[in-house]
Amino acid sequence: MYNITAVSFGEIFLKGKNRGSFEQKLIEQIKYALKKFNNVSVYKDSGKVYVETKNEDDMDEIVENVRKVFGISNLSPSIKTTKDPDTIIEKTKELFKYLLTKENIKTFKIKTKRSDKEFPIKSMDFSALVGGKILEEFSTVTVDVHNPDVEIYIDIKKSCYISSERIKALGGLPIGSSGRALLLLSGGIDSPVAGYMIAKRGVEINALYFHTYPFTSERANEKVKKLKEKLEEYCGKITLYSINILEIHKAIKEFCREEETTILARRFMMRIAEKIAYENNMYMLITGESLGQVASQTMKSMAVIEDAIKMPILKPLVGLDKTEIIEIAREIGTYDTSILPYDDCCSVFAPKHPLIRPKLESIIRSESNLNIEELVEKVYSTMEIL
Amino acid sequence: MIVYLDNSATTKVRDEVLKDIIDINENYYGNPSSLHRMGLMAEKKIDEARKSAAKLINAKAQEIYFTGGGTESNNIAIFGHITNSDKHNNIITTKIEHPSVYNVFKQLEDKFSVRYLDTDESGKINTSMLNDMVDENTLLVSIMHVNNEIGIVQDLNEIKDIIKGKNKNTKLHIDAIQSYGKIKIDVNKLSIDTLSFSSHKIHGPKGIGGLFIRSGLRINPLTYGGGQERGMRSGTENTPGIIGFGKACELIYDNFEEETERLYSLKNQYIKRLTEEIEDIKINCPIDGGAPHIINVSFKDVPGEVLLHSLEGKDIYVSTGSACSSKSRDNRVLNAVKLSREYQTGTIRISLGHFNNFEEVEYVIENIKHSVKDIRSITKRG
Repeated sequence: MYNITAVSFGEIFLKGKNRGSFEQKLIEQIKYALKKFNNVSVYKDSGKVYVETKNEDDMDEIVENVRKVFGISNLSPSIKTTKDPDTIIEKTKELFKYLLTKENIKTFKIKTKRSDKEFPIKSMDFSALVGGKILEEFSTVTVDVHNPDVEIYIDIKKSCYISSERIKALGGLPIGSSGRALLLLSGGIDSPVAGYMIAKRGVEINALYFHTYPFTSERANEKVKKLKEKLEEYCGKITLYSINILEIHKAIKEFCREEETTILARRFMMRIAEKIAYENNMYMLITGESLGQVASQTMKSMAVIEDAIKMPILKPLVGLDKTEIIEIAREIGTYDTSILPYDDCCSVFAPKHPLIRPKLESIIRSESNLNIEELVEKVYSTMEIL
Repeated sequence: MIVYLDNSATTKVRDEVLKDIIDINENYYGNPSSLHRMGLMAEKKIDEARKSAAKLINAKAQEIYFTGGGTESNNIAIFGHITNSDKHNNIITTKIEHPSVYNVFKQLEDKFSVRYLDTDESGKINTSMLNDMVDENTLLVSIMHVNNEIGIVQDLNEIKDIIKGKNKNTKLHIDAIQSYGKIKIDVNKLSIDTLSFSSHKIHGPKGIGGLFIRSGLRINPLTYGGGQERGMRSGTENTPGIIGFGKACELIYDNFEEETERLYSLKNQYIKRLTEEIEDIKINCPIDGGAPHIINVSFKDVPGEVLLHSLEGKDIYVSTGSACSSKSRDNRVLNAVKLSREYQTGTIRISLGHFNNFEEVEYVIENIKHSVKDIRSITKRG
């Protein structure tokens, strides 16, 4: 039915002078989200972006993909026609007939907006004219201008767009409009959600994954890759860095107390993440920590971990319950991959009784047994881009 | 050097087999059911393969039915034997069966009385228990010849005598997927009713297997259709698979004793060096008399998965018995042979095949030694 979809922006309107560049980013991202489709064009027509396809059968999937682009408030699948009044009337009838097959419609309303003042009929008059033709053709419906079952919207610009459905999109800001950050991505449920939430606010994200091969399996890598690909549906292209931190775990095991393992290892991860972020022009880190979820996510543990670096760490899930996180994970489609059994960390390195109230001084004392810079460099050299 | 030591999972296709598969695809692609000459040529090729497959177990060619693989063969045999669904009737299997038998029996628990045989610590089934279990209502006993994980070989002769002694109407199904082509089997001497085998465990292609059904025995098929394989397995024959399988059988037949001997001495060498050179290990496969190709060994304080990945880093491919992740369940077979938890998690299986040789042993043992030492330095604290 539909050969085009109108895209309405969300908060971009608030951004004053930046609007132009935001819109441009958004158009790029819409194009990226639709790269697998042939015969699709994306263009602007007075204030709105339009996605047009020559293949109407693709439209459902196009809408589904564009809906995942941040910065869009809603989408209206539409019929694009010439501005010939008779054609508009014909196409409106076609649309109405189609809508009748989908839902039970008793009342309707036609609304016309005429941005192109050269169009010969005034908006109100044209709505009345089209409404009359609908009443002639379909005897079961009546007009109700206050509370109609369906509203048909005729938007006359450079072309004419006829629509009735309005699909809510995700909102947020276009990716890249708020800078770049590095997500610490594990194979779990939380970190992909954290990445999603920050990306939604317009942040271009890349991801870093730590493993301990051969103490973890290559299948764990594949799992993280899948999560990355899922996130890319929303976040655009993500570079996934992978680092083997086995040497750090070995050193901790040899020189430090078992119960400190997790805190020490996390501090190393932050140092490595900060280094990669600096080198690649990213300004903040993102983690999936949620307050009190595990030993390393207590207030004290988080404070001690954060102390290791200067770079700010964003923790968008900090106030969410696990069930709330799972709900988002299911919505964005990462949940089923996250619960696959391949762990990114072997239980060998998990202390039996991890600290929940670590003391910074004693952690720093333990770290004095380790050559921090050398270890960071050593594992940094294992970096791969997956 | 790539050392593939997971031949009980699957094997590399032999060159001669591959050549035949290509030849069939190029020259004999007709449907064996077609009336024309192309069809006839394919049919004749299948008949030859059937003879080759039969020869390995001293069966008649017409007693061999080609299937989609070992799992399918086991399913056809088990479901085929027990049409008479009744809670008074019982069926018997062991606790160490492959899932393609074990899970079928589990599935049948609400239709029959299902009995599971214990084994001793070597994996041998408890024959006095078998003697007690078989009664006048026993429809079927299904037993695996060689266990895929620990390589124990069951004494089929003794088992057959016990079963037929108690109830001569009880049917005996043997899962020979791990023993076919590795250990001599004579279906006539053993009065086996059905016996399943698979191609990809003996360097043939995947997706093809076979079921021996004793002449005169009626088995109901699982699927219905064009009636191929004399009604036992409808669906157009997998001609390239069958021909490749036949070739793999011939290659084994021509060289059976020498190859088995070679595998036994290879296995012994691995076991000898493992036992002599690494501490705190446990050999879980029989040292004498087990299957020639399966070595199962446990290392204390070494998660099997970690050792597997560590060896994979050196292009050595083995398998594990048990996952280190706390989420996964215990290994059913290792539990049945009462292997303690501390050894269970550290279990790997080394399974040999035609392409393995003595030159590899040094490389493999050195790498196992090195990896085990490395891993233990991490897992053993203090």
